[in-house]
Amino acid sequence: MNLWKKLRLDSLIYHMVVLSLGFLSFYPVLWLIASSLKPSDEIFQKAYSLIPSSIHFENYLQGWRGFGGVTFGTFFKNSLFIASLSTIGQLIACSLAGFGFARLKFVGKNIWFAIMIITLLLPGQVLLIPRYLLFNKLGWIDTYRPLILPHFFAEAFFTFLMVQFIRGIPKELDEAAKIDGCSPWGIFYYVILPNLKPPLTTAAIFSFYWTWNNFMDPLLYIQTVSKYPVSLALQLFSDPSSVTNWGAMFSMAVLSLVPAFIIFIAFQRYLVEGISATGLRG
Amino acid sequence: MQQIAYRKKNITYNNLAGYLFILPWLAGFFFYTILPMLMSLYYSLTQYNILSPAIWVGLKNYINIFTNDPRFWKSLQVTFKYVIFAVPLRLIFALFLAILLAQKRLFVNVYRGLFYIPSLIGGSVAVAVMWKQLFGVEGALNSILISLGILDKGFGWLTHPKTALWTLILLAVWQFGSPMLIFLAGLKQIPISLYESASIDGANWWQSFIKITIPMLTPVIFFNLIMQIIHNFMMFTQAYIITGGGPFDETLLYILYIYKRGFTYYQMGYACALAWILLTIVGVITFIVFRTSHYWVYYEAKE
Repeated sequence: MNLWKKLRLDSLIYHMVVLSLGFLSFYPVLWLIASSLKPSDEIFQKAYSLIPSSIHFENYLQGWRGFGGVTFGTFFKNSLFIASLSTIGQLIACSLAGFGFARLKFVGKNIWFAIMIITLLLPGQVLLIPRYLLFNKLGWIDTYRPLILPHFFAEAFFTFLMVQFIRGIPKELDEAAKIDGCSPWGIFYYVILPNLKPPLTTAAIFSFYWTWNNFMDPLLYIQTVSKYPVSLALQLFSDPSSVTNWGAMFSMAVLSLVPAFIIFIAFQRYLVEGISATGLRG
Repeated sequence: MQQIAYRKKNITYNNLAGYLFILPWLAGFFFYTILPMLMSLYYSLTQYNILSPAIWVGLKNYINIFTNDPRFWKSLQVTFKYVIFAVPLRLIFALFLAILLAQKRLFVNVYRGLFYIPSLIGGSVAVAVMWKQLFGVEGALNSILISLGILDKGFGWLTHPKTALWTLILLAVWQFGSPMLIFLAGLKQIPISLYESASIDGANWWQSFIKITIPMLTPVIFFNLIMQIIHNFMMFTQAYIITGGGPFDETLLYILYIYKRGFTYYQMGYACALAWILLTIVGVITFIVFRTSHYWVYYEAKE
């Protein structure tokens, strides 16, 4: 009886501590959502408040109108286009390269694999200037090519994720297929690929989300407003030359996070496994 | 004879197949990593503004950076301060919550998800523009402090030289979710038998934490530390949007400085030289952390 009481008190304290920490860390998100629903003049009066005096969806309508006749519909379409193509490219590239590294025997494989692991530690940001110069020389500025085509190169993170998973698939399957006369391509296509669903889902989630969020590359390469992805368009709200409509900005910020929340709700397990298994930066 | 020829043919075939499969990575490595690196090395030795051809200047950019560029030293100082505070604080928070959420309790899975969300969205532009308003003069933080009677009028957290960088550090710490998940995975690997025998020997919670949990987690801490150091040295989006490097360069993180040299002043050569210096610094730090690892990282297989 006493123990039971103690246990319950202990559990009460535990949940209170976790919940209050959770509230603290979740407050900014709630504040963003609440502000997007408040009437404009209320956002910065009693700014801390999480409950709008009345719910207003005008901000969403105003925000959706966008800038200079380009609506957020266009920005969302652009983001979706860039992120989808990039993700498809990445899935093809990293599954092929992953299979090569995990299953095939060829001269120099170990050296290339080691180099790939080292490039995991090489941050792309230090190459921002020469990559810009390269794409500039190709005449690709203000096109989507610099944003999409590099994703058709297998990224080390995702390739490594594939390698780790493929190594766990029983080798007997390959050998049986080989005896039946399968080429390496046949083994990849008929034996390995059908088993790759879990890591492909993880890679797709992260690739899509990172491209969706990417701000630096569109900032460098895209100049025409009608070609802007959402991430870049949001920045236009704080352009000093225009009078900022905060409510509209908050509402579009909320909408831009919708894909993240959908991914989170639909694929939480893959998300968590992807991070814990490979240490992907989330 | 025939067999040797067959085997030879087989080996070439295998090599060809192997290289074709890794081609998507190999091509990227050469065209998207090595080529830009060589270009960057070359341009770092030139004066280049894109419009007119590059002029060879030798080591002049590097010499100017070290001897004649106070903003370089400022941005280096700001970046180090950012990394030194953001990385350990983020990891401590991540570890603390991981331990809290490693317990078998009701709703623990829901909590894990909730604490991960800030990390999921934290790098986005949406959060950056929100953060800017949260800490603005009329923002929620001031409004809370005023209603609690701590402040009597709004304080410019983002415009005051002493606090601006801290708002960025706080944003980094807030995204503790992914290292937390990695710690949680690490905690799961620790055999329960270790804790059981410790408690038989009379160890209390703190003793088992210091003597079992921390040592067993050191490989994960090591991994998180390396990734977070590199990641945080590369911070750009938040600084660009929230503070733009100001006030008085107090939040001029290094990548932002490279960006400004390149795309505000069109000094591409100079910016490339800056990038090589950063890469060297991060490389040296990573190397040092790797070298110290055998003093403090515990690997079971070594025994």
